[in-house]
Amino acid sequence: MYAITVKDLTKRFGDFTAVNNLTFSIEKGEVFGLLGPNGAGKSTTMAMLSTMLKPTSGQASVNGYDILKNEDDVRKSIGIVFQDPSLDEELTAYENMDFHARLYRIPKNGRQEKIMELLKLVELDDKKDNLVKTYSGGMRRRLEIARGLLHEPKVLFLDEPTLGLDPQTRNHLWDYIERLNREKGITIILTTHYMEEADKLCNRIAIIDKGQIIALDTSQKLKNDIGGDVITIVSPEKDSLYLAVKALPGIRNIEVHDSSITIGLQNAEKHVAQIVNMASEKGIPVDSLSIHKPTLEDVFLHFTGRTIREEEASSKDQMRMMHRIR
Amino acid sequence: MDIIYTLWLRNVKRYIRSKSRMLGSLGMPMFLLLVLGFGLNSVVAIPGMEQGYVGFIIPGIISMSVLFTSVFAGIQIIWDKQFGFLKETLVAPVSRLEIMLGQTFGGATTALIQGLIIFIVSLFIGLQISSIPGFLIAIVFMVLIGLSFTAFGIAIASRMEDMHGFQLIMNFVIFPIFGLSGALFPIDSLPGWVRYLTLLDPLTYGVEGIRYGLLGSSQIDPAISFVVLSGFTILMVGFGSYLFRKISV
Repeated sequence: MYAITVKDLTKRFGDFTAVNNLTFSIEKGEVFGLLGPNGAGKSTTMAMLSTMLKPTSGQASVNGYDILKNEDDVRKSIGIVFQDPSLDEELTAYENMDFHARLYRIPKNGRQEKIMELLKLVELDDKKDNLVKTYSGGMRRRLEIARGLLHEPKVLFLDEPTLGLDPQTRNHLWDYIERLNREKGITIILTTHYMEEADKLCNRIAIIDKGQIIALDTSQKLKNDIGGDVITIVSPEKDSLYLAVKALPGIRNIEVHDSSITIGLQNAEKHVAQIVNMASEKGIPVDSLSIHKPTLEDVFLHFTGRTIREEEASSKDQMRMMHRIR
Repeated sequence: MDIIYTLWLRNVKRYIRSKSRMLGSLGMPMFLLLVLGFGLNSVVAIPGMEQGYVGFIIPGIISMSVLFTSVFAGIQIIWDKQFGFLKETLVAPVSRLEIMLGQTFGGATTALIQGLIIFIVSLFIGLQISSIPGFLIAIVFMVLIGLSFTAFGIAIASRMEDMHGFQLIMNFVIFPIFGLSGALFPIDSLPGWVRYLTLLDPLTYGVEGIRYGLLGSSQIDPAISFVVLSGFTILMVGFGSYLFRKISV
């Protein structure tokens, strides 16, 4: 049984195709990650799955309900933590929770206990009567997660849950998310452009770029595609270096990028000396060389030929970030 | 009904908490009431008005207060849109009509409170209300102004991306509605074409209704005022819900 199935989902805004023929399924109880740079179509996909946006074509179902035909059933089945803050700052944490509980028609008896139980889970129960505008970014995020869980959703949508948070708070949140999935068996779909986040939390990861899935598998398998370890060499004569290295035995994979070449191979430590010697024999200068275990960053580079980096935030985003930091 | 109540409650809570907003929006009406009321009281004589010019403009100033508060309450949806809270309501399994009605009732309630504050202040500067039923009639008209113009504000907010257009709406829509309404002058003494303009202004009927309620006399038959303003309210709530249904975040 799948929690989410998506088939040929497409969204166009005028000439621009934000999401292009996505097809994937998420099993119940899975933590599924959509990883990609800003503007890849992650949030648009989330918006369609949460019935906030109508797809141009294609189908999808959430918890067995069609996103077009059973909008209300889908909405009852999901909890959402949006990318942008969505709390009422003039209300207290408890009032924000209460507002949500009433909107989702949670019966009056038990409403209060449920709210307190969740506020305890995210460790905000002692600050429940403080106005949200006095909360820090991490506390707001935790409150939003607690709110998203209030109506006991089957599927939790987390859109960039740790964007703009400090590393410590981020780790803290990751622990919550893992615990939620483990203890409550909630299916979680999250978008992120942090490699580390996807790697730590997700059972399976879909790498998405320009509206399309370019790879979908477990983090381990995606990394294995690169072929063992990764050596990155920066050299002004990278083309001749490429030809020379290519001839060496044991190389699984070699790619030339803008300023460097990356080599995928087993037991990189043993081959480093060989590569350096060969380079100096042929008179090819080497500026720097590094060896590391493959990360999702390498996976992304491997599949797209580009590195994920944060694109410049638009002024609106900046304003929202300022707002969140404040 | 629960959903409408929930949204109403949120609006009222927010209003009660923001003391600065409450006080701030009292400033302008109080200023007009005192400066125009007392300033012109001795120069302006209105036929048939026992309470003088001050008495004459009190209903107008109350209407103004209700008008501005309600339009602003409606337009506030833009803040919810920009700061994300609107998404939280829109993604819930409730109909947009319920959300829209909750906002409208919430806005109308705050506008009514604002109008009542001006009313109480007026009692101190010499307003003598004609009767208790009259007072209740005035309340009905305040509620109608509140409902229609909150819905009007929501309609505008549904089509606006951010607050940049707010000043435009204030200067070219809300001030003319106030200015043309006969809040500050008797419409009977106007030249013909201006008189027609005031009769096209829905607020005129609100002002005249409140005037009838509080002072016991008006230039437009209160029954006509009631019918016209009720019709306008239904129209605005319909128009507001229609545009709100198409809102996207």
